[in-house]
Amino acid sequence: MGRILAIAIWLVTLATLVVFASGRWSFPAPASAHGLLIDRQFNVTWVIVGVGFALAQIALGYVVWRYPRGKRGRAFYTTGNARVEVICAAITAIVFVSLAIFGQTVWAELHLRDAPADAVLVEVTGQQFVWNFRYPGADGKFGGSRPELYNDEDNAATARPGPLGIDPKDPLGLDDLVSVGLMVVPVNRPVKLILRAKDVTHSFFVPALRFKQDAVPGLRINVHFTPIREGRYEIACAELCGISHHRMRAFLEVRSQSEFEKWLQEKASQ
Amino acid sequence: MTKSLRFVWVTAVAIIVSVTLSCATKQTEETAPTGSKEAESGPVFSPTGNEGSIAGVIAYTAAAPTPRKIQMDSDPICAQKGKDATSEELLVKDGKLQNVFVFVKSGLPRNTFPTPSQEVVLDQVGCRYVPHVVGLQTNQAFKVVNSDATNHNVHPVPQKNREWNETQYASAPPIIKKFPLEEVLIPVKCNQHSWMKAWVGVLKHPFFAVSGADGSFTIKGLPPGEYELEAWHEKLNSKTLKVTVKEKTEAKADFSFEASTAYQRGALKLQPALVLP
Repeated sequence: MGRILAIAIWLVTLATLVVFASGRWSFPAPASAHGLLIDRQFNVTWVIVGVGFALAQIALGYVVWRYPRGKRGRAFYTTGNARVEVICAAITAIVFVSLAIFGQTVWAELHLRDAPADAVLVEVTGQQFVWNFRYPGADGKFGGSRPELYNDEDNAATARPGPLGIDPKDPLGLDDLVSVGLMVVPVNRPVKLILRAKDVTHSFFVPALRFKQDAVPGLRINVHFTPIREGRYEIACAELCGISHHRMRAFLEVRSQSEFEKWLQEKASQ
Repeated sequence: MTKSLRFVWVTAVAIIVSVTLSCATKQTEETAPTGSKEAESGPVFSPTGNEGSIAGVIAYTAAAPTPRKIQMDSDPICAQKGKDATSEELLVKDGKLQNVFVFVKSGLPRNTFPTPSQEVVLDQVGCRYVPHVVGLQTNQAFKVVNSDATNHNVHPVPQKNREWNETQYASAPPIIKKFPLEEVLIPVKCNQHSWMKAWVGVLKHPFFAVSGADGSFTIKGLPPGEYELEAWHEKLNSKTLKVTVKEKTEAKADFSFEASTAYQRGALKLQPALVLP
């Protein structure tokens, strides 16, 4: 019985490693400039964790194989060896701190440094259960937003106050455009996002961009990325935000600069 | 089983039973008052044959708004079906206003009005509620149908009646509910599609109507008398009018709305974050 169990443990381990190594369940191809760096970080982490996982499972199977029930006496507990434990903890700490140091450059670039000056500005507002995207128009500035004016029913791109409660009296808001459920950005140009939330915490997640950041009520979180591949990608909410959280999605379309400008013009006429 | 473990089990069962019983009692309490109130408000209304009616047209004096395109991109099925959908908040054609809920506000005899047996249907077509404004009587069956190939989450937000929201999958059976209390009007949202909105007027009597595309409405079967009539619009608030209905005749009641000068009302009501005693 013990030997069957040991073989089962090794088979499950092997199957798990094969599935992960095949890339069957990995992310879609990266569509952002930092995507490759994130993937490299992921791969290094996978390999380190995978080797540790495989060694631990092989050892577990070996113990189950070597010491079947009743053959070589009962198992006994040990209070441990302080020296071995300190060494194991130190190795683990070194591995994880190294991974963090290795990965912080790309994280800091997107989350802590300012976006380049020529970045396209988009304000992303999460609400139960939809994503709203606001573009500032020619003036590059957003009009004031007042929560008591929120009106989701008339969500046209030029509607005032519309779903974001844009103050109709604020001249800065006159040329703002609001797109509901669809974000369009030009390819190969940095995109600066201001993340906001109307009600509860949401998380703006675009798997193809390797991009995920919480949107928190009361905060304006600045992040940026550069899309490098045209296409249509899914935007999901990655923070449980209510009963229809699983259906809170939008789409990101990366188009050429001219197509992007054409789209903005179309929206302005609606 | 040790004594202490048995004590834990007995306590747990006692708590579950008492919570279940208190919930059941609460349910009974919620439905009970409506019946007794009706009994207090007089004998059941029966028509004498002398009833008259009220008819009128709702005018809108300002310029008709340019239709604005509703964005349904978050759900590709909606986006495909509702490519040309425009806002339904203010529908004006040839100076006539659609979707105005007109009802008798006061002046009715102290009768109870029997609840009609037929259900009132609210359909979901192309990710819009159809009709946009609908009226029904208290405790009348309110049937919500999903004719779309996508999921909806029907969510009325009443002030007096009980709030509920239910997911209705594509091709799911209808949701049938009742509103036991009078309420003009209940907004209905969809938690899946932020732009979807309907308004449901719940009255104790059947004397209400919704203005059509030509702005006209008719309220039939009214006993002769003097009434206060209210016309309600989701963006333009409401107006009232005194109307006298004579035996077997049609009284005229035309309303006129002008453009709202105030900010358009949004869906959000601000509440204090902390209410101190």
